[in-house]
Amino acid sequence: MNANTQYNRSTTMAACLLAASVTLSLATFGCKKSDQAGGSTKKTVISVQGSDTMVNESQAWAEAYGKVDSTVSIEVGGGGSGVGIAALINGTIDIANASRDMKVDEKAKAKANSGKDPVEFTVGFDALAVFVHKDNPLTEITLGQLASIYAEGGAVTQWSDLGVTVPGCDGSIRRVSRQSNSGTYEFFREHVLNKKDFKLGSIDLNGSKEVVDLIGNTPCAIGYSGMGYANAKVKMLKVSMKPGEPAHEPSVANTLSKKYPIARPLFLYTLGQPTEQVKKYIDWILGPQGQKIVEESGYVPVPQKSAP
Amino acid sequence: MLARTGRRKPSTRSVWVVWIETAFEWVIRLCGISAILFVLGIFYFVFSKAAPIFFESEFSIAEFLFSTQWYPTSEVNVRYGVLALIVGTLSVTLLSMLIAVPFGLGAAIFVSEFCGPKLKESLKIVIELLAAIPSVVWGFIGLTVMKTIIEKTTGAEMGLNVLNGGIILALMSVPIIVSIGEDALKAVPDSYREAGIALGATRWQLVYRVLLPAAKTGLLAAVLLGVGRAIGETMAVLMATGHAVNIPGSLVDPVRTLTATIAAELGEAPEGANHYRVLFMVGVLLFTITFIINITADLVIRGIRRK
Repeated sequence: MNANTQYNRSTTMAACLLAASVTLSLATFGCKKSDQAGGSTKKTVISVQGSDTMVNESQAWAEAYGKVDSTVSIEVGGGGSGVGIAALINGTIDIANASRDMKVDEKAKAKANSGKDPVEFTVGFDALAVFVHKDNPLTEITLGQLASIYAEGGAVTQWSDLGVTVPGCDGSIRRVSRQSNSGTYEFFREHVLNKKDFKLGSIDLNGSKEVVDLIGNTPCAIGYSGMGYANAKVKMLKVSMKPGEPAHEPSVANTLSKKYPIARPLFLYTLGQPTEQVKKYIDWILGPQGQKIVEESGYVPVPQKSAP
Repeated sequence: MLARTGRRKPSTRSVWVVWIETAFEWVIRLCGISAILFVLGIFYFVFSKAAPIFFESEFSIAEFLFSTQWYPTSEVNVRYGVLALIVGTLSVTLLSMLIAVPFGLGAAIFVSEFCGPKLKESLKIVIELLAAIPSVVWGFIGLTVMKTIIEKTTGAEMGLNVLNGGIILALMSVPIIVSIGEDALKAVPDSYREAGIALGATRWQLVYRVLLPAAKTGLLAAVLLGVGRAIGETMAVLMATGHAVNIPGSLVDPVRTLTATIAAELGEAPEGANHYRVLFMVGVLLFTITFIINITADLVIRGIRRK
């Protein structure tokens, strides 16, 4: 009986030993392999994170730049302007994409963390379009109306308050908004709601494209997103500053002439003046090739001053 | 006999074998203790991140628990009220359990008692496959397929709501309830079944009168693990519930849950800021809710055993 148990114990132990040694050898083998892989490629990695509005554009830049300079690999992440700026402050990335400017306290934090001031580059403009379902008869809206739909205490809750009946909808306005880590959310709050808070109960989505997709499938919905995300199932409203003033559609011309009231610059931020590869990359973005991608992604390029 | 093996020991087992054996014993002991250490460590971490908020004038525990005003990033008036989020979490969880418990237990009984061995094997494989689907995929199904179905069948204007989240969560917890429930039923000794049949019970009477009472602690554990999964789930509910701070008046109203709020907002909250601490406070709240559920379950199980 006792001998039997002892036998069992030693076999179990042998199995354990075997397993442990296999794991160990695998682990060492794995390490060696990855070391070799790391040694053979000497790519400079530039990590970029931030605005969801800019993530497609940023990826297009990264891909195109890979063809220009094959020694650099660019990693692009989204998450929202706030996420990108927070990552820049913590020093985990090289460039933050932002669709709003850095707040004073964020700049102070970055300075305190790294000793360097963040540097801002304007790389394009985005007209923030107001979207409704394509069957919605509304064609234009004022900033005041938008504020009373979205802001806390605003009185407009029904489409009939705006003088329209929407086919396929029971009448109530379904507000589609963005999660609070989004630069689009902050920009809308600052420029449309005048820093007032959003009414609670809006459907808060994670990405620019999701907003437009949801509106395309929901007759009752209204929402805001970059004009680059427009598709055939939604309609962009013309926006006017005040009742009685002419409403303008979101377009490249209206954005540059500042007629369209809710357009915003798109920024890149770095900690301190960028150096070497990062500087080359940003210069390339500001140059004709990079700016062409801005236009192709549905945004408005920075007017070229005197091209060098 | 004993004495002889005792004397033989040193000759057959070399010193290093004994050493390694002791070492392994310790490693395994450490594995066992580490579970407790991890739980304590996580609780300490979460609570230490949250605790400084109690000394901030912006925050009051009464407002936190009983206000529906969730404005963590407001520039004019910051308010941290999570009542709407608690109600959101509970409503989605409750609905998902109303769907998942009967389905899950029914399926467990069918798999364990009523179906043939071939069907049983294939069913078990499919159910385990269902459990392996990542939650983002469930969320995506909620966002696209389930949304359209709900809009068409209920006439709701927006298909991202309590109903959608509840159904998705139910689908996610059913596999857990089935596999653990089935294990619980399998653990009932066959002699019970034989005795039941010998007394002339039909299959249904056997399940209802013999197996369910015999397996009830295991079945309760299955249900509770399902509840745990539903409360803790993040990604799927973030995508399927509409993510709107709202106390639902009906099944087709959008809501927001505690977990989804943490997931959506933690990335932007600067470390050490009040918003960051409040999100950890939400984590403490989730901890407390699961703790209460586990304790209640434990007490219920003990109560059943005592009977």
